[in-house]
Amino acid sequence: MQSLVIVAHGSHLNPESSAPTYDHADTIRAAGAFDEVRTGFWKEEPHFREVLRTVEGDEVYVVPLFVSEGYFTEQVIPRELRLDGWDVSEWGSDGLSADQATLVAEDIDREVHYCGPVGTHRAMTDVIVRRAESVTDDPDVGEGFGLAVVGHGTERNENSAKAIEYHADRIAERDRFDEVQALYMDEEPEVDDLPDHFESDDVVLVPLFIADGYHTQEDIPEDVGLCEDHTEGYDVPTEVDGTRIWYAGAVGTEPLMADVVLERAADAGADLGAALDDVRETTRVATGD
Amino acid sequence: MVDASSATDGGERDDAGASDDEPAVPAVDLPGDAFDAVLDALADRDPGEPLRFEGFSVARGDEGGYVLADSDRSTRLGEGELHEALSERAPAVTDWYAFERVVGEFGPRRAFVRWIEDADGETVATRYAALAEGIERAWGELKITATVTDRGERRYDVRHADDAGVAVDELEVHDDPLDARDLVTYDEKGRYRPLKTAPSLAGGWAFPDLGPRDLYETVETVYPATVANWHREREGELDVNHWRETMERQSGIYGVVKTWDRGEGHEHVDWVAEACCDDSQCLKRREWEYDDETDLDVDGGDGVFPCREPCSVVVSAARKWTRLESEQERTYEFELTPSEKEQVEDIVDAVADGRVDEIREADTKEGANRYRTRFLRAKRFDDEGNLGGVPTESDDE
Repeated sequence: MQSLVIVAHGSHLNPESSAPTYDHADTIRAAGAFDEVRTGFWKEEPHFREVLRTVEGDEVYVVPLFVSEGYFTEQVIPRELRLDGWDVSEWGSDGLSADQATLVAEDIDREVHYCGPVGTHRAMTDVIVRRAESVTDDPDVGEGFGLAVVGHGTERNENSAKAIEYHADRIAERDRFDEVQALYMDEEPEVDDLPDHFESDDVVLVPLFIADGYHTQEDIPEDVGLCEDHTEGYDVPTEVDGTRIWYAGAVGTEPLMADVVLERAADAGADLGAALDDVRETTRVATGD
Repeated sequence: MVDASSATDGGERDDAGASDDEPAVPAVDLPGDAFDAVLDALADRDPGEPLRFEGFSVARGDEGGYVLADSDRSTRLGEGELHEALSERAPAVTDWYAFERVVGEFGPRRAFVRWIEDADGETVATRYAALAEGIERAWGELKITATVTDRGERRYDVRHADDAGVAVDELEVHDDPLDARDLVTYDEKGRYRPLKTAPSLAGGWAFPDLGPRDLYETVETVYPATVANWHREREGELDVNHWRETMERQSGIYGVVKTWDRGEGHEHVDWVAEACCDDSQCLKRREWEYDDETDLDVDGGDGVFPCREPCSVVVSAARKWTRLESEQERTYEFELTPSEKEQVEDIVDAVADGRVDEIREADTKEGANRYRTRFLRAKRFDDEGNLGGVPTESDDE
């Protein structure tokens, strides 16, 4: 019996935090590749500490719904899941290349496949592009458009910037958008000065965050100048200093994210059958293109 | 009995020896899938290896056919005769099928569904009679009513205990356990519920016709991991992590919490438990203590399901208290009338007990009444919001 466990941050304050986790779990359930799909959280329930004891399967894949390797994926989750013998070297990662580690979870005395975070997977690049298609409602968006990928800078997590750059570089190599830039909240080049970094009249701004919350709904819109105060809301697009900014909100809410979760599990050895194709197809319908 | 839609009303008995003063065992037909499951189970066994039901067993014969054995005798049967014999014993066969084939092996689910009808303590006849009437169980704020169909299938109605007795068509009806995620997100005032086991579950809905697996999923969605922990506790395997070890484990922004324990007793943790873990705040029964040798002075509550370690809400609050409690006490002088002192106490009580919204707008007898409180502020606060005009920090700080 094959089980998928999606682990995410969650929130004591914001119900939207867990919404993408539930949505992607539902998409994957519908695809039928796993006998069960469970969700666990740091700030909601079931907690990381107790999620594995709700799992019935003997082939267990744990996929962190986090954007980069760092404190949560390397320390908190393995500790709270009680992965016996975990050491970050198990992943042998350069900050972007964590794939999976197979360890016994002491809580259930069974092996689990602990996967790298979704945010650093190569398939995440496609989700960022899909997010740009969704927010512009144009499946061919690219020509005449710039694309900005934004995240925390290195101040909070040195690997955060690596993930942003990785995807920005990969999208740039495709020559689809006129320009592609990685921007940061904590360091140069800063998202606050977005129009200075683009020549295009239209720029899609995709935050590399899992869920909508304080950063994507309040911080970034205000910093970029989409609104004076987030409570006013903003239009998509909004013109700021002559640049039309198409603000996409958290990339993690894009339905295609379910595909990245599956890719992580597949890389760790999960037998997915036709689920990858199914999910790509159903999320395409869901985005309306 | 809330929902009789799926239960027979008794009246007929099987011939398993029920006497007149026992509740009526409902008539049960043997469904084809249950009979097929019996044949499959026998095919997986060697001849002579019995498949046990309550009161009898069946095995494949050494030379084909089947052997049905009870305490009195063994009878050799062909497949048609076996079907007839099992049909006469349909309650026991459908009971086997319900637990062995529908509920399955997974420990927490199996234990929970068996607990609902006391399957480890009562006979099939007694349980089927009780199920025909409807067996009710409480789980947190949930009320679960178990019934049995005339095919021996278990059906369950799950709803808020406050909605007991409400007709199903007056409630929002659901059949997908995952729908419960939306039902538990907000309380009845529309406020986000960060703690699923807080006694603030909103009602007005029902899952009126669930099978055993969906029952388990629904309960685990409303109260995550509670069945798993309850099951471990029943097995004597609950892994309790006490306050000290839980705080020692914290890192990052929560690493500071371990500094709150200064080897000067556990009064601060008593206050935490009184604040957060009381039955009025959380339905889990707190099993964790200060450490494995030192119990807290506060009662753990009466919940059905245990709490095995301080939860993330407690850890987050403790981080705040660690910082606040590092402040030194000092003496402030305020002028208050006796009624004003009591009013301050009333306001603290009203907030702490979540009663603020219950206090009527014109009920000025209540100290925490809004007009009374605004009057106190107008009279006793200066323009900077200082109580009694006394600054929080003195001038020389």
